[in-house]
Amino acid sequence: MTAKRPLDPRYLIAALITLVLVAAQLRYHMVGGYARLAVALGTCIVTEALLSWFVRGKVVNLQSAYISGLSLTLLLKPQGGVLYLFVLGGFLAIASKYVLQYRNNHLWNPTNFAISALLLLAPGHVSVLSHQWGNDIVTNLVIWTFGLVIASRVKVLHLTLTYVACFLVFNGARALASGQPLMPEIAPLTGPMYQLFIFFMITDPRTIVRDRRWQMVVVAIVAAVETAIRFASDQGTPLPVAFNVGPAFLALAIVGPIAKFIDLRRSPKPGAAATAPAGVYPSAAAAPSIPRSVGSAATS
Amino acid sequence: MVPPSPAQATSALRRALVAIPFFGALGFAAYIDREPLDATRADAANPEFVLRDETQRAGITFVHHRPTFDRKIANVEPHVAALGASVSVADFDGDGWADLYFTNSAFGHPNALYHNKHDGTFEDVAASAGVADLNEPGVGVSMGSVWGDFDNDGREDLLVYRYGYLTLLKNVDGTHFADVTEAAGLKRWMNSNGAIWVDYDRDGLLDLYVTAYFRSDIDLWHLTTTKIMHNSFEYATNGGKNVLFHNLGGGKFADVTDQMGVGSTRWTLAAASADFNDDGWPDIYLANDYGPEELYLNDHGERFTLSTAGLEAESKSGMSVALGDVYNRGRLDVFVTNISERGYLFQNNNLRLNVLNETGKFRNVADPVVADAGWAWGAQFGDLNNDGSNELFVANGFISADRTHNYWYSMSKIAGANGALFEDAASWPAFGNLSLSGYEPSRVYLSRGLAGWADVAARVGVTDSLDGRAVALADLSNRGAVDVIVADQNQRPVLYRNQPAPGNHWIELSLHGSRSNRSAIGAEVTITTRDGQKQRRVVDGGMGFASQNDRRLHFGIGRNEFVDRVEIRWPSGERQTLQNPAIDQIVTVQEPR
Repeated sequence: MTAKRPLDPRYLIAALITLVLVAAQLRYHMVGGYARLAVALGTCIVTEALLSWFVRGKVVNLQSAYISGLSLTLLLKPQGGVLYLFVLGGFLAIASKYVLQYRNNHLWNPTNFAISALLLLAPGHVSVLSHQWGNDIVTNLVIWTFGLVIASRVKVLHLTLTYVACFLVFNGARALASGQPLMPEIAPLTGPMYQLFIFFMITDPRTIVRDRRWQMVVVAIVAAVETAIRFASDQGTPLPVAFNVGPAFLALAIVGPIAKFIDLRRSPKPGAAATAPAGVYPSAAAAPSIPRSVGSAATS
Repeated sequence: MVPPSPAQATSALRRALVAIPFFGALGFAAYIDREPLDATRADAANPEFVLRDETQRAGITFVHHRPTFDRKIANVEPHVAALGASVSVADFDGDGWADLYFTNSAFGHPNALYHNKHDGTFEDVAASAGVADLNEPGVGVSMGSVWGDFDNDGREDLLVYRYGYLTLLKNVDGTHFADVTEAAGLKRWMNSNGAIWVDYDRDGLLDLYVTAYFRSDIDLWHLTTTKIMHNSFEYATNGGKNVLFHNLGGGKFADVTDQMGVGSTRWTLAAASADFNDDGWPDIYLANDYGPEELYLNDHGERFTLSTAGLEAESKSGMSVALGDVYNRGRLDVFVTNISERGYLFQNNNLRLNVLNETGKFRNVADPVVADAGWAWGAQFGDLNNDGSNELFVANGFISADRTHNYWYSMSKIAGANGALFEDAASWPAFGNLSLSGYEPSRVYLSRGLAGWADVAARVGVTDSLDGRAVALADLSNRGAVDVIVADQNQRPVLYRNQPAPGNHWIELSLHGSRSNRSAIGAEVTITTRDGQKQRRVVDGGMGFASQNDRRLHFGIGRNEFVDRVEIRWPSGERQTLQNPAIDQIVTVQEPR
C-alpha cells in the first residue's frame, strides 16, 4: 500500500485560471476570440516542450505553460487584435525561464516578465486587460471566493492578503496625501487585472523567496513600489507609459527578481538544498510532489 | 571551485543558444514599436486626391461651443460636455446645391445654416431661416440634426436632437422653418446624440429613430443626483432609452418603441439604417458606448428583432456607424469607431464585413492600420479619388487641453474597476485641465482592397489635430468630387475641398421618391461597371456620428467610360434599373409611380 500523494498545488491554480477564463468568456467575451487562446496557449506549450527538451533533455510538466498561456490570453490586448503578439508574448514568457536564471532558478514570473517587457518595449502595439467583470458584483464575489479558497489551499493566502492589505493602506494614504478621492485609488482591486495579479502572479511559488515572513515583506515592498509609481504618476512625472498602465506589473517585475536573487544568494549552493521555497506547499513533504524533472522552469 | 560537469556545461551552452532568439524577440518587440504597421507606403505614394482646408475661403466662420452643466458634476464636466459638434448636409432650398447645418451646444450660441452660394462660398442664413437660436435654458442644447422630408412636400425638414427637447422644424418655403414639434407629438426630453430618418414600415412616410445617451429623466442643468454615469465600462445598460417614432401622416408621430422592440438602453451614440440582410426591409444598426453594437433586423415592418450577428462578442465604445461597400461586393458593410490609446487601451475599430446571408454574422476584418485611429469619432466611406473603391475618413481626438498631462492614468484606475463604483459622477477623479486623447490627427484611409488600408492623411493634406466629432461627405460644387466636412468640438469646423486627380470618371444620382418618401432616404443603389465591379450605396437619413451626408449618391468608376447598369431599390420596394446612364454628371432619377 502506497501513501496518498498530496495534490500538486499547480493543479488547483490551473483549475482556478481555467474557471476564470471560462467564466470571463462565457459571460463577458473577455478572451476576444478563440484564435487568441489557441495561439497563446499553443505557443506557451510548444515553447515549454521544445526548450525543456533542448535544455534539460526531457519534456517537463506543461501545466505551468498552460497557466501562462491562459494568463496571457486574458491579459494581453494587442493593437488591431493581431495574433503574432501572442506568439511573441508566449515565447518571451516561457523562454525567460530558461534564459534569465540565477543558480538554476528563474527570477521573473514568466507572464509578468512578458507583459512588462511588451508594455515597456511596444506600448504602441500592446495594452493590458481593461475589461471589467461587467457590473456584476456576484461575479466579483465568485472569483474572490474561489481565489481565496484555492490560495488558502496552496498556502499562498498570506501573500494575497498581505498585498491586498498593503494596497489598501498605501493607496489610501496616497489618496489622503494628495487630496484625491479615495474610491478611484482603491477601486482597481475590483477589476479582473488585479485579480489575475494577486491570485496568479504575486503568488507564483517559483519566483518568491523561501521564508514565509520574508515573502510577506517582499509582497509589501511590491505594493510600496507600486504606490510610489502611482504617486509619481499622480505628480505627472514623465514615466514610460508602461508604468502608468501597469504599475503593479512593473513593481513586481522590479522587486521580485531582486528579492529572489538575494534569497538565492543567501541560500546554500545548488545541490545542497531543495530549490523549492518553503512555506508554499501544504507541508515540507509535499514540496517534492512537484516532479523534480520540472526543475525551476515550471511555473506560470 | 568545482568545474561544471559535462551535462551542466551542455545545459549552459544550450541555455545560451536559447538566449539568442529570446533577446531577438525582445529586440523585435522594440522594433515594431518604432515602425508603424503600415506597410503600404509604396502603394499609398499617390493617393490621387488632395484635400485642402478651405473653411475660411468658403466663408464658414462658425465655432462650436461646448455646454456647461450643473456644478455638481464639475469634476467630470469636460467629459460630459465633450459632445455636440455636428454637421448635416441638405439642399434645403432646392436649388440643386448642398447646404450645411452645424449645431452649437452652449446656451446663447446659435446654430448655423450655411447656404451654398454656388461659387465655393457659403452664407449663414440660420437666423433668417429660424433655425439658429435653439440653445436656451429650459429647452437644452443642440447635439446634432438630421434632414428629411417628413411630410413629403418636396422640401427637406430638420430634426434637431439635444440634451433637452427634440425639435422638429418644418421647411415652410425653402427659406423659412416653423417649429412643429408639439403638434407632431415629438416634444420629448431626451439626452440624445443621434437620430435617423427611416421608413421602417415602407408606407412612404419617414419615421424617426432617436438615440438616447444619458437617461431621459436627467436634466443636466438641474441634477437631483450625481448617479448619472454608466454602470459599467463594458456592459452598461443604464443609458437613456432609444425611441422610435412612427410617422402617422398629417404631421403626427407616435411612439412605437416598445411595440417595435427597439428600446435599447445601451448608451447609444450613433445609428444607421440599411437593408443588411436583403429582405427588402430597412434594419437598424447601433453603435453603443460602454457596450456591444446592436443590429435590429426588421421583420416586415411589424417588429424588430435584436440579432445575434456576432456583435455581442465584442464590447467596446462604439461611437459612429458608417456604411459602405468595402470590397465592391454589392453589399453594405459597417465601420464602427472605438478607442485606442498607446499602452492603455486597444479596443480597435471594427470593420465588419456583411456576410449575414452566408453566415448569419458580420465578420470583423479591420487590419491594425484601420483598427487604431486613436480616440475615433465620426467616420464616413466615400470614393475620394473616384477610382471605384471607398476611402475612409475618420475624425478623432477627445479632449485637447493640457498638452503635457492627460487623464488616461486616472481613467485607467476607474475603467478597470467594477463599473458600478463609478455610476456616481462624484466618485470620478477631477478632470481639471487635463487632455484625454487630445490633439490627434484625423485619419484618411486609402483602400487597397484585400491588401488592407493605408493612412494617407498627411499626404493628402489632412493635418489638423482638432477634436473631430462629426464627418459628412458632399459634392459641394457639383463637380464630381466628394468634399469632406468635419465638425470639431469646441472648435471651428473644417471644410476639406477635394481635388481628385483627373482621369477617373464618376456618376452621381439624385433620387426623388414618389411612392417612397420624397427624400428617397433608405433607397439603395448598386452600380455595375464594365469591369464587373459592383458598388452599393444607401441614401442615408443620418449616418456616422452626429452627421448626415449629401442625399445624392456619388460613385467613382475609375477609368471605366460606361456604367453598365444602375439598380435602384426604392424604400417602397420598387426596383428600377437604368442601363448605360450618362457618366461624369449628376443624374436625377424619379421613382416610378
